[in-house]
Amino acid sequence: MAGLATASARVPRRREASSTTRTLISSAQLNRRTSKIAYRVILILVIVVFTLVFIGPLYFLFTDGLKSTQEAIATPPTLYPHHIHPSSYVQAYNRLDIAKLLWNTIYYGFGALAFQLVFDVTAAYALSKLRPALGNVIFFLMLATLMIPATVLVVPQYLTVASLPILHVNLIGSPEAIWLPSVANAFNIFLLRRFFDSIPGDYIDAAEIDGASRLRILWRIVLPISRPILAVVSIFSLVAVWKDFLWPLLVEYGYTPTRETLNVGLFQGSYGTPQNLLIAASAMAAVPTIIFFLIFQRNIMSGLTAGGLRG
Amino acid sequence: MAGAATLRKARPGPARPRAVTAGYLGPKVRRNLSAYGFLIGAVLCFTFFSWYPIIREITMSFQKAVYGGGYTWAGWANYARIVHDPTFWQSWRNTLEFTLLALVIGYAVPFGVAILLNELRHARGYLRVLVYLPVMLPPASALLLFAYFYNPQYGLFDDILRILHLPTSQWVFQPGTGFVSMAMISVVVASTWMNMGGATLIYLAALQNIPGELYEAAELDGAGLFSRIRHITIPQTRLILIMLLMLQVVATMQMFVESFVLTNGGGGVGDNAQSVVMLIYQYAFADSSASNYNSASALGVILMLVLAVFSGGFLWATRERHA
Repeated sequence: MAGLATASARVPRRREASSTTRTLISSAQLNRRTSKIAYRVILILVIVVFTLVFIGPLYFLFTDGLKSTQEAIATPPTLYPHHIHPSSYVQAYNRLDIAKLLWNTIYYGFGALAFQLVFDVTAAYALSKLRPALGNVIFFLMLATLMIPATVLVVPQYLTVASLPILHVNLIGSPEAIWLPSVANAFNIFLLRRFFDSIPGDYIDAAEIDGASRLRILWRIVLPISRPILAVVSIFSLVAVWKDFLWPLLVEYGYTPTRETLNVGLFQGSYGTPQNLLIAASAMAAVPTIIFFLIFQRNIMSGLTAGGLRG
Repeated sequence: MAGAATLRKARPGPARPRAVTAGYLGPKVRRNLSAYGFLIGAVLCFTFFSWYPIIREITMSFQKAVYGGGYTWAGWANYARIVHDPTFWQSWRNTLEFTLLALVIGYAVPFGVAILLNELRHARGYLRVLVYLPVMLPPASALLLFAYFYNPQYGLFDDILRILHLPTSQWVFQPGTGFVSMAMISVVVASTWMNMGGATLIYLAALQNIPGELYEAAELDGAGLFSRIRHITIPQTRLILIMLLMLQVVATMQMFVESFVLTNGGGGVGDNAQSVVMLIYQYAFADSSASNYNSASALGVILMLVLAVFSGGFLWATRERHA
């Protein structure tokens, strides 16, 4: 495995910004007595204001679900539940079928991820390392779709999914209606191809001379090196399915038992649901991503800046 | 090469049919064939779900449904019909209003926040997590929460106004279609809260890449805080600022979920919170009497053109200045 180790070492690592770099205000200036006090005051103000603005709403998201319906719509609103009703969480869970909605969302999300990893990785690999005839034309046509935002195309996309040309298959209501269109993601192809391009051709040539098949080269050489970019693409694709609203509303709406995603299910369930149950349901829907984010925050935040715009 | 050697060892060599087929097909053809094999899945998905819908949207916008099934050419009739729909102009106005307000609030705030966070020596990790946390919520959760806060009867926001002895508001359901309406401001505030984390983190990363010597040199030259921001911070992050400006405008022009959830799918009082994408949705799927895929396609084509002209013109204008 010596070869693989050197290969991964050669791929440039992202530069970690050190916290000691000079910014707008120098440390020397901050160390003066008056500035020190000003800095303390500003720091505390920022922490208090940011906590209020960003945690404040979340506080109500989690506590208002514990109120009774009367208390949830009382004027003036109470700052904390005076009588705690954990049962509203249970009621909301059953009424909106949170378990099923959550399962649907996870199923669509990981299915879309699997399809994207298989098809987009192989396509980017072919475009980067095999370079077939017309490969650049295909790549250009894929990139061109970045200029046309997906929401603009919902109508023809919906009609196409409702009856695939040539095949005449109706995908509406099936998970493939979310999985397959997610593969047509030019941003994935772009990110993956750019990364694959940075892998030295020597490794691949050497393996090829050795008689390794192309699939094997992809699996044993390219993919292990590409772990960072695969992580970025995976997070983007999961978050995209998790946050999407319009498309799942169109293709997975109105089945019994429900096939909706959390997002759509919450919105549909909001009609006629008492306010405290609705907030409890929203809170439960938020828990998985909050946990996911707190665990993977470093990867998510660095992936955002690394994959996002350093192009 | 060490890598090659290990690979050979790792592969208990079966007979190689490869060497035989090489005689029939040239290596170039084989290379192409396997490349297309790798490409086929993605190309099919792009064809079905991206390339074909683009063409279909344009053709459908010039067609009309025939009684009994099928379509026939209709010229500009769909376009003529939608421009005579008052909701069409209303939703364009709302969308522009949302885009402009989002520029004032949603574009400037993250940059200011990023500059502020970059100066702090403490609690940076905590503050970054805070700002990004709402981005991870399912949009419906965040928006239903804001709908609750905005509620004119028992919402928290009106209660705060009452405590401060200020006039209360109907927020999203405030009537009035002036260009800066309370309804749209409410939508923008919720949207900014939900989405500003992404831009903030991207700005932060850009700020951290500014070489410290520049600030030092400016300080030696006697540049004050604001002139340092103006002459170093902004020019040094100019590329990111321009990129995000364009991406944000393109994204806000397609706003859907914020208006849709906050107004319960209704579009607000007198459609004053209705967005263009919401109107596409209503043309195509909701308004049963006038439900019409072709009008929706025509509106989609118009939005597509507006966005393309905007991004093309924007890229051209910013490149011009650079040269």
